Amino acid sequence: MTAKGIAGRIKHYVAVDARFNEDGSITPQAVLWDDGRRFTINATLDRRRAASLKTGGDGIRYTVRIGTTVTHLYYEDPRWFVEERVPE
Amino acid sequence: MIFAGGGIELIRNGMNGDRAILHSDCNCFYASVEMHLNPELRGTAMCVGGDVERRHGIVLAKSPLAKAAGVKTGEALWQAREKCPGLIVTPPHFKSYMRYSRLARMIYYDYTNQVEPFGLDEAWLDVTGSERYMGESPAFIAQEISERIKAELGITVSIGVSWNKIFAKLGSDSDAGDGIMVITRDNYRDVVWPRAVGDLIYVGPSTQRKLAQLDIFTIGDLANASSDLLHAWLGKMGPVLKLFANGADVSPVKVMNPAMGDVEREVKSIGNGLTSAHNIESPQDAKALIWLLSESVAQRLRESNFIGKTIGISVRDAQFLTYYTRQVKLERPTCITREIAHTAYDLLCANEPLDAAHPLRALGVWVSGLMPLNSPVQYDLFGIEDKRRELENLDFAIDGLRHRFGNRCVMRLSELCDNALDGVDIKDENVIHPVGFFHD
Repeated sequence: MTAKGIAGRIKHYVAVDARFNEDGSITPQAVLWDDGRRFTINATLDRRRAASLKTGGDGIRYTVRIGTTVTHLYYEDPRWFVEERVPE
Repeated sequence: MIFAGGGIELIRNGMNGDRAILHSDCNCFYASVEMHLNPELRGTAMCVGGDVERRHGIVLAKSPLAKAAGVKTGEALWQAREKCPGLIVTPPHFKSYMRYSRLARMIYYDYTNQVEPFGLDEAWLDVTGSERYMGESPAFIAQEISERIKAELGITVSIGVSWNKIFAKLGSDSDAGDGIMVITRDNYRDVVWPRAVGDLIYVGPSTQRKLAQLDIFTIGDLANASSDLLHAWLGKMGPVLKLFANGADVSPVKVMNPAMGDVEREVKSIGNGLTSAHNIESPQDAKALIWLLSESVAQRLRESNFIGKTIGISVRDAQFLTYYTRQVKLERPTCITREIAHTAYDLLCANEPLDAAHPLRALGVWVSGLMPLNSPVQYDLFGIEDKRRELENLDFAIDGLRHRFGNRCVMRLSELCDNALDGVDIKDENVIHPVGFFHD
């Protein structure tokens, strides 16, 4: 079941600016979209290993806030992906 | 979640001083991984199948819908398609399966250090100590593991909980979903004994037929049968199976080392086998496959720092599908590709005419009698050992190249002569099969 106006989700690999912390953890800073747009991550709300049931694949799932939107960003080692919305 | 009678009580009280063994079994493992990675396959009748062109066209795993249509693991793809028109067949991705198997085991290791894998998709866990350490009962640990695997890996497991490995496995086999089955000393007579004797590990179709002649149809019948009678009909396995049926198995869950890829149990032999894409009807065909297999075996020996003294081959006939093995002991233990390949080929030539009238379907090569690579060697007066050192060094140099540029960067001419072997990377596609339950 998908939200209103969304036909589905696809796995979209993206470029990510990230900071490698001294304790070995990684903090994503911004998502760079294919068309050159840069979405700055305002906050990382959660980090855990999880599977993406919407698009398949799994890894370290970062729950991030970009502007006012809360979304998931997956680190699939070594790639990052998001669950891109496919509009109806 | 399924709790067989008495299970809830067990959750509160733990295993009452008994061992607490879990058996976790990933449901339709290969198919589940494929469906997880490609969500479009979810809810379809699909199976993971080998390459038909290479004559590996059998069902390796199937989705629940394909199972409902009667598709069975191990049957030919054409048979499966007849039963289930519209069946989607995807090729296997062993690297993904290995990855998910490893990730699942990493989750198990969060609960106990006693994790004994049984193939890629099954494992026994001894959580006897964890119960006190974590303050949780075995059934709760099982539930947590099940939920974590579903959330973190996107696949489901069914888990059996009992005081012995046999009943734990039986419990996990009971539910095709992500259920948890608890079998206790109080309920096993009601839960286990009415089940068909074929559900018990090590009771295959042949044993089942023999037992049927003794009017033994259920596990309960087996548990109450006379040991002497079973011994007379089944040999020493008879009384062992009776013990299994009574829950008297005391075999421990072996402690493995995750850093060693869970394979640090004593390695007895290293081998590879392959069903050829076409029948082997000439010495050239045989030579190409033997070299390909020997390359992989020798390389794996060297990587594991082993040399071996016994070389064996396995042969499957193309006409009657009969199978036999032959082996020979070497004078000097070896890990040299050339020596292994020559020995295996000579062994094959001594047993098979290698002509069109006697086609072969599959060949295997293995090396056993393993010892450490740096074992002392007896030098000789004729320089044979020096020559062998040179060959060994050459092999190590080639290994180095393969490590950097892939297994197919250096190949033997004999392998290149057979188009059917093009693209085959036996070492890379090496699959780990479950080790027998009775393995020490």
